[in-house]
Amino acid sequence: MTTVHVDAEGFLTEYDEWTDELAGQLAARIGIELTDEHWKAIRFLRADYPTHGETATLRRVSTLAGIPVKQLFALFPGKPAKKMAYIAGLPKPRGCV
Amino acid sequence: MTTTMPLTVPDFGDEATAGRKLAIICSKGNLDMAYPGLILANAALGEGVETHLFFTFWGFDMITKSRMRDLKFTMLGNTATHLPQGLGGLPGMTAMATRQMKKQIQEIGVPDVPEFLEQIVASGGHLWACRMSADMMHLDESDLYDDVEGIISAADFIEKTDGAQIIFV
Repeated sequence: MTTVHVDAEGFLTEYDEWTDELAGQLAARIGIELTDEHWKAIRFLRADYPTHGETATLRRVSTLAGIPVKQLFALFPGKPAKKMAYIAGLPKPRGCV
Repeated sequence: MTTTMPLTVPDFGDEATAGRKLAIICSKGNLDMAYPGLILANAALGEGVETHLFFTFWGFDMITKSRMRDLKFTMLGNTATHLPQGLGGLPGMTAMATRQMKKQIQEIGVPDVPEFLEQIVASGGHLWACRMSADMMHLDESDLYDDVEGIISAADFIEKTDGAQIIFV
C-alpha cells in the first residue's frame, strides 16, 4: 500500500513521494493514459520545479520544453496546467502566464 | 494530510466550466492597457473557458500588423507612476517609459503582444476585429493579424458571445 501526503484537493505535497508508477495511477484517475509526449511534459515539470522553486506554467513548459501550447491542450484536455501539475506530483502553478 | 491509495481525485471542475464563456472587449491601445485583457483571456483558456476577444477603437492597434509590435506606454495622465506629471511631457519620456515597461514585462516571462496573441489562439481563443474601427481607420483583413477570425459588428459580437460573461478593458 502506497502512503503519500496530499493537500485538501488531492495534489501531492511531498516532492520525493512521487514515482513514475504513481504518475500513471494519478493520470488514470483523471482519464489520461500517459504516452511519451505526456512524459516529456511531466519530466520537464519534475526537473524544473527544484531549480525554479515553483510549478512551471503552460508558457514555461511550451517555451523551455519545446512543446507547443496547442499540443499541451490536446494532451491534458480542459485545464492542462493543473492536470500536468497533478500528475507530476507538484503544487498547482501560481504564475499568471 | 496523509493518505493511502486510493487517493483523493481533485475536482478539476471540467463539467462546471463546460459551457462557461467569456467575452473580453479590448478598447485601449496603450501598452499597459493591452495586457489586462490578454492575461485574463489566457487565464480563462487555461481553465477550459471558451474565450472571445473583441478589438475595438484604440484596442484595434493590438491586432493591426503595422502597430501591434509598437504599442507605447506613457506616463502622461497616469498618476500610478508616482512621478511628477510634468516629467511625462518631456521629449523622449514616452519612449523611455515604454522601453522600461517592455523590459519589466519580459523579465517576468510574459510575451510581447503578437506572441501573446499567438499563445491565446493556440489555446483555443477567438479574436474578432470591430467593423466600425476598421472603417474608421480604413483597414481591412489584409492589415490585421492573420489569426483574427473576422471583422464583425458589435451586434455580431454580442450574438456570438450569447450567455458569456463580459469584461471591458
